[in-house]
Amino acid sequence: MNTELITQVSAFLWQEADMLDHGEYAPWLESWTPDGLYIVPIDPLETDFANTLNYAYDDAAMREKRVARLGSGESISTSPVPRTIRSVSRFRILANDGTNVTVRCAQNLREFRKDVLKHYSADVTFDLVKSGGSFLIRRKIIRLINSTDTLQGIGYIL
Amino acid sequence: MTSKTDTADQALTLGDRVQADRVHTSLYTDPAIFEAEMDKIFSSTWVWVAHTSEIPEAGSFKNTYIGRQPVIVVRDRKQKAHVLLNRCRHRAATVCEGKKGKTNSFVCPYHGWSYSLDGALRGVPHPESYADQLEKGELGLVSLRVEEYAGMLFATFNKDVEPLVDYLGPAKKWMDLFMKQGGGFPVKVAGEHRFRFPGNWKIQLENTTDAYHFPLVHKSFLSSVDKQTEEMLDFVTGTGYVEDLGNGHSVMVMIPALVDLEANLDAPIPERFAALADELRAEGNPEDEVRRIVRAVGGSGFNLNIFPNIACSMAFFRVLQPISVTETEIHHAVITMDGGPQAANQARLRMHEHFQGPMGFGTPDDSEAWERVQKGSSSGKDLWIMLNRGLAGEKETADGRASDVSAETGMRAAYQQWKKLMTA
Repeated sequence: MNTELITQVSAFLWQEADMLDHGEYAPWLESWTPDGLYIVPIDPLETDFANTLNYAYDDAAMREKRVARLGSGESISTSPVPRTIRSVSRFRILANDGTNVTVRCAQNLREFRKDVLKHYSADVTFDLVKSGGSFLIRRKIIRLINSTDTLQGIGYIL
Repeated sequence: MTSKTDTADQALTLGDRVQADRVHTSLYTDPAIFEAEMDKIFSSTWVWVAHTSEIPEAGSFKNTYIGRQPVIVVRDRKQKAHVLLNRCRHRAATVCEGKKGKTNSFVCPYHGWSYSLDGALRGVPHPESYADQLEKGELGLVSLRVEEYAGMLFATFNKDVEPLVDYLGPAKKWMDLFMKQGGGFPVKVAGEHRFRFPGNWKIQLENTTDAYHFPLVHKSFLSSVDKQTEEMLDFVTGTGYVEDLGNGHSVMVMIPALVDLEANLDAPIPERFAALADELRAEGNPEDEVRRIVRAVGGSGFNLNIFPNIACSMAFFRVLQPISVTETEIHHAVITMDGGPQAANQARLRMHEHFQGPMGFGTPDDSEAWERVQKGSSSGKDLWIMLNRGLAGEKETADGRASDVSAETGMRAAYQQWKKLMTA
């Protein structure tokens, strides 16, 4: 097992998780390749995301708009801003060709907003590309454990 | 001090609670009224259950609810659609699970009673104990009356209710117009966003004909679209209108230029669709076809509210399902062109994701507003919900009554139908 790679990958993904929990969206937007895709599918078995309905299918432009909306104060569902704390763990390298690394991990997120504490668990798969001494995200797929259930508003970035 | 008012309000009959210009707060909050609605509305009139594309082949099924009663919508081997109560006639277990799928029959998991796709009881294991006294012909799954218009399947428990086409009345022509967003291809439901909000179902029913909230609640969505689209969606002061179509149905025309998607094909292609048009041209589609498809991709310029549970809303179907007096489930079903260009259908999917669903830029804000309506309505029990906007300018039309685009005419129409059914 390549523990050095696991260490590098987990350091990068913990940093990403910390940025999102603390609203550091500017560096988060920069941690993507220009063609990067942020995807939250509905069907747990789906692989053709472009041709199916998702909860989110964000290219760079949509990621920027999503971030702008969260900070705009124009949306009553995100004012007050929900607070989130997420734990990311159970990292497993699924593929590695020296440049491209695919890693799957577990994410447990707690959200608190207006008297309600919610819990979202997800399998998250990242396609990462080595860049400098770190990585860029080419694709992040968040498979919520309850994606086929009726959900309520998710006013933050999973 | 308040007891006097409370007593006075308790003395109000159901009919008194719906006035020409207002409805009583108890319509959102009273559990007894909710129970009566399940019986007098959801078990008594036509309720939408599916679009035909959701059960495309023999054996295709969809599980849904009419009011709180689980039903299976299924196509049999002769291509006929059935709506069956999802309840074994032996000891009541559901015989079909999962939101949708395909099957050859329905077999109860408890004791193995099996039913064919049309609901007929086909067999029971070890029948000898019944000594030939089981009336199999009487013990099929309970089958509801089903009728279809424009690919929309409706069902009812009420064997005496008027034919569906009569119930829909002038709404039919708007359904025909809405289906033009197939762009020459059959309309297909290609998935849905499902969510719940802690509030009464009629709060959502009202919202579909509420143009008034759009610029305020959806400010963050409007900030995320191009200038031309933002201007197109600035319809509250525009020339649109809301029309009462009878039987609780109404239409809100927000963008009059987009009522007929097969008209004005010479109009300039909007900026946001320029890249899509180029892609369709590059695929070899002739110019008139490109224009027809692109115009259809954008969706219709109106919301059609069909009482009590379905709306044809610009580019999607909005389905509402009451859960309790203070909880409602909503489905926003995305519409694509069955067999249409992949690029066009991807554009439809991305548009839906942009506004709808728990991570959309629109739905969560609607949901928040409705939640606050329910929260607020727990106070001031003797107060009324005001629905008098646009009343002064209401005029008779060939199909009913109409007023300006942000009038509450559609809500008044729905509540008059509510009153008719609840006091019948």
